[in-house]
Amino acid sequence: MATQVVMPKLSPTMEEGQLSRWLKKEGDKVSVGEGLAEIDTDKATMEAQALATGVLRKILVPEGETVPLGAIIAIIGEPDEDISGLVTEASKGAAQAEKKEPVEERQESQPAKSDAPSDYQPGQWMGDTASAEQPTKEAPQAQPQASAGGNGQRGDGRLIVSPIAARMAADAGINLHNLTGSGPGGRIVKRDIEAAMKAGSAAQPQTQSAAQPQEEQARPAPVQQPAVQPAGGAAPYREENVSTMRATIARRLVTSLGPIPHIFLTTEIEMDRTAEMRKQLNALDPENKVSINDFVIKVAAHALMRHPAVNASFQEKTIRYYERADVGVAVALENGLITPVVRAANTKSVGQISREVKELAERARNRKLAPEEYTGATFSVSNLGMFGISEFTALINPPEACILAVGAMTPTPVVRDGEVVVRQLMKVTLSCDHRIVDGATGAQFLQTLKKILENPLYLIA
Amino acid sequence: MAVITMREALNQAMREEMRRDEGVFLMGEEVAAYQGAYKVSKGLLEEFGDKRVVDSPITELGFAGLGVGAAMVGLRPIIEFMTFNFSILATDQIINSAAKMRYMSGGQFKIPIVFRGPNGSAFQVSSQHSQALESWYAHFPGLKVVMPSTPADAKGLLKSAIRDNDPVIFLEQERMYGNKGEVPDEEDFLVPLGVADVKREGTDCTVVARSMTVPLALKAAEELEKQGVSVEVIDPRTIRPLDIETIVNSVKKTNRVVIAEESHAFCGVGAELSAQIMEHAFDYLDAPVKRLSGADAPMPYAKNLERLALPDVERIVKAVREVSYLD
Amino acid sequence: MSELKVTPMRPRTQSEGASAGAGVAEERDERDRIDPAELQDEHEQRHQEQLKHIEHVDNETLLKMLYQMVLIRRFEEKSAESYTLGKIGGFCHLYIGQEAVAVGTLSALRPDDYVLTSYRDHGHALVMGTSPDEVMAELYGKIGGCSKGKGGSMHLFDADKHFLGGHGIVGGQIPLATGVAYATKYRGTDQATLVFFGEAAVNQGAFHESLNMAQLWKLPCVYICENNQYGMGTSLKRAMSISDVSQKAVAYGMAAEFVDGMDVLAVRAATERALERARKEYLPSLLEIRTYRFMGHSMSDPGHYRTRAEIERYQERDPIKVFGDNLREKGLLDDAGLKEIEGRVRAEVEHAVKFADESPEPPPEELFTDIYANPIKK
Repeated sequence: MATQVVMPKLSPTMEEGQLSRWLKKEGDKVSVGEGLAEIDTDKATMEAQALATGVLRKILVPEGETVPLGAIIAIIGEPDEDISGLVTEASKGAAQAEKKEPVEERQESQPAKSDAPSDYQPGQWMGDTASAEQPTKEAPQAQPQASAGGNGQRGDGRLIVSPIAARMAADAGINLHNLTGSGPGGRIVKRDIEAAMKAGSAAQPQTQSAAQPQEEQARPAPVQQPAVQPAGGAAPYREENVSTMRATIARRLVTSLGPIPHIFLTTEIEMDRTAEMRKQLNALDPENKVSINDFVIKVAAHALMRHPAVNASFQEKTIRYYERADVGVAVALENGLITPVVRAANTKSVGQISREVKELAERARNRKLAPEEYTGATFSVSNLGMFGISEFTALINPPEACILAVGAMTPTPVVRDGEVVVRQLMKVTLSCDHRIVDGATGAQFLQTLKKILENPLYLIA
Repeated sequence: MAVITMREALNQAMREEMRRDEGVFLMGEEVAAYQGAYKVSKGLLEEFGDKRVVDSPITELGFAGLGVGAAMVGLRPIIEFMTFNFSILATDQIINSAAKMRYMSGGQFKIPIVFRGPNGSAFQVSSQHSQALESWYAHFPGLKVVMPSTPADAKGLLKSAIRDNDPVIFLEQERMYGNKGEVPDEEDFLVPLGVADVKREGTDCTVVARSMTVPLALKAAEELEKQGVSVEVIDPRTIRPLDIETIVNSVKKTNRVVIAEESHAFCGVGAELSAQIMEHAFDYLDAPVKRLSGADAPMPYAKNLERLALPDVERIVKAVREVSYLD
Repeated sequence: MSELKVTPMRPRTQSEGASAGAGVAEERDERDRIDPAELQDEHEQRHQEQLKHIEHVDNETLLKMLYQMVLIRRFEEKSAESYTLGKIGGFCHLYIGQEAVAVGTLSALRPDDYVLTSYRDHGHALVMGTSPDEVMAELYGKIGGCSKGKGGSMHLFDADKHFLGGHGIVGGQIPLATGVAYATKYRGTDQATLVFFGEAAVNQGAFHESLNMAQLWKLPCVYICENNQYGMGTSLKRAMSISDVSQKAVAYGMAAEFVDGMDVLAVRAATERALERARKEYLPSLLEIRTYRFMGHSMSDPGHYRTRAEIERYQERDPIKVFGDNLREKGLLDDAGLKEIEGRVRAEVEHAVKFADESPEPPPEELFTDIYANPIKK
């Protein structure tokens, strides 16, 4: 029985994929779980796996071509089967696939096993883990509402997993929500996990279809181990299992500083006028107080529109320049970090930005963020000023080009016009992906940022 | 290693134990002059005389109780039920006397008695003569329940049962009396009670079988090997006390279990195994425990219906494939 | 088959030896009432016979037997009291009125003979030599009991004294005893086995199966039916097509005797005959010992199935009273002597109660001990 291979959805925001490289030729034997082709998505290159066993009878999309999601790219079947019917269907489907709807709301992952290689960067650092969260000791999460999924779920949205599969998935850090169960009723069973592990694991980018993962994960939270006293007077220690969030942070960061050539540019900004404006605004509307960081976000967004080279993303063969500034704002969580996104921050008022950031942060802390709310930023801002950090260097959130690290605003004596005066100085450090943002480009952005923050009237000039 | 039938193995076991200990005697219907209804006691009367090999009247309750009384004062009776269907008459003495005597006397008596005979189905002998009673007897603390599936196990276990100081219900199978197998030539070959046996090693699925279903499971395993599924067959041999550890270790390895038994499913030994496997190996299961039991109906006479009522190789294969999520 | 008649209760013996006493008067009506006039005659006849018997037994034994009967009586009265105080739970079957049976039969035994009985076993245990302390502690469910508190009233055992229990299923002990007799013959000793059961047990299949095997294989077992005329609430006549228990032996070709169970020496004499038969010829016997229990079937029996008058009539033939009177008549007992016996008995019984009260409950681990002689641990 021949099967059609479709362009799989390999990230939540993916709308089309470029067939980068075929891993099998026509006539090759393939089996379930084997890599079939490399696909470029909006984020990175990923491997599409075969979902059937047989022979790769026909390749319908040549290397280099881009097709929309769901388009038929190949046919797997028995060596001597007649597949002509399927081929015609495929070409018809290609035409229709053009008008595939944007995939914002009903994000359904294709029935792909977790086929991402471990260097897949789904977007934000923590984006992919919130939904994949194991029941750790911290807050239980209510998940974003699920659409009916096909991944090991029954009609009521529950995940069904065999006990051993649940345990194996937990140990390997595999997100069960991205798996299709091959057992009866969609039950996820051992071989599904084995296949996923072979393909290279990774907690998958969120699929919308996450309902209540916690109950289904048989493995409980990492158990507190008693302190171990090693011989020889070394320090006693306690070992805990790495939580999924931690594992994801670890994995993602390794794809940041290592592969991306970072440069770091620091400047000091006199925030007096902005601080004064803030005071005045807050006096006008005490119910909706804005923060310094809200101003930073607004001004950064503004500056990004002036310096499109910084509001960009290196895509190996291309450079993507975004049409608007979606600013990711780092929010500290109890045991991790997440970066909810203020979309089109360049179009929003500081009050709007403030409200949004507050609301997003609140929901972030309660683990109620939807994946599209913390992925897909074009630029990130991270502020450690409230901890008294004067300056720091942040690591870029791939696939963005830059991230702005904001330090504390401190009254500092400076020399202005030959006199010593006290100004509210704030240091910011811009980390840049040197592949697309050179020192000068980054510096120019910072100049604009500084100019506006030092004179916020420029916003309306 | 000699290759002998199961009935020969049982015969040897009794003979050796009767030679070894004067207190061992055999009593039952047709065990002496008739040489045993199934010829298991053939030749024993000739060797040991009628004091030690005793034909009884058809008096199951009576001679079961007689055996228990004799055991109370130190003899080691082997009480044969022509089939265990007839033991139902004797259950008052087995359960209320044999199983309880030690406990209710505060440990003053031991009851070193063996009740043995064929259990379960035969060939078209209909409902009253085809019952498998192991779960009845296994239910009661104070009894031990043993079910051999090979001549070697039969000999070694019967010898151990006779030497054991507690009441042992030793369940044979008429269909298997003629089965041949290798039995060690050792002078005193014993198989301990309470130890399960891995009859075949495998990695993909555990089949727990006993008595009649063991050879079926082994055949099914060969079939499945050709289909690429590696089956581990475990024979508990002793039902009570159960060697659950061996079974659980296997389940931890294979993550899936099929229990093949000819008794009914409801409240059967398979139900007990399922519960214990679930308790001890819950996190290792990739599929629910599957029981393949005898049909939930009295055994019919008609040949085709009888065949339908019992597990067979084909159904074991199917069950293994089911828990392996194949087809 | 001719119409069934109620045959008079006459003793039947199949061996030499004097008859063991006259039978009870013919039954005239369904309520088992006994005609006082006939009863009087009987009394006199028995009286004379017993006086004769006394001459055949040594004084020490006679007084010991009296002592044991008194001990059983007072012990059982004390058990009844303890039961009402809640110290004894479950079932408690009292032997009051039947003392002559246990004492009479067991006085004829050797120490290496075996005894099994039913759940009405307090008297048998005491006569076999189990101390009142251990019996009372067992009734109280304490660790000091003869069965470590795990048996209770119905399951008194004393392996050392060859007392093989105390069995709860009616008639269950009968095949067991047959097996014990089988074993003694198997070993070639001349030990005998006595098994006691009520007349209702005679209706159990196990009784018939056992008698058949015993006679067939010539087993040295004495089957003693303590016919107290009531199986719980059902009188003998309502439960048996032929009320003469000793007649059952005919079906098996077994020797049988009918004995007046209120006459302790008659009982002893009959038992001696049966034991002789067992030891010398390996032949079993069935003894029907007609007796009466003054109390209900058990402590929970309201006793609505018989009349007060009937009970009183039997109490006139209280075996202890009758025996005591006869001993006095023979000059072997006087008031002082009786008082001394009562005093010793009282002391023993009170000591038993104290012992039982103070004995601790079995520790929790005891729940799981003594299940197997060869426990198999994994």
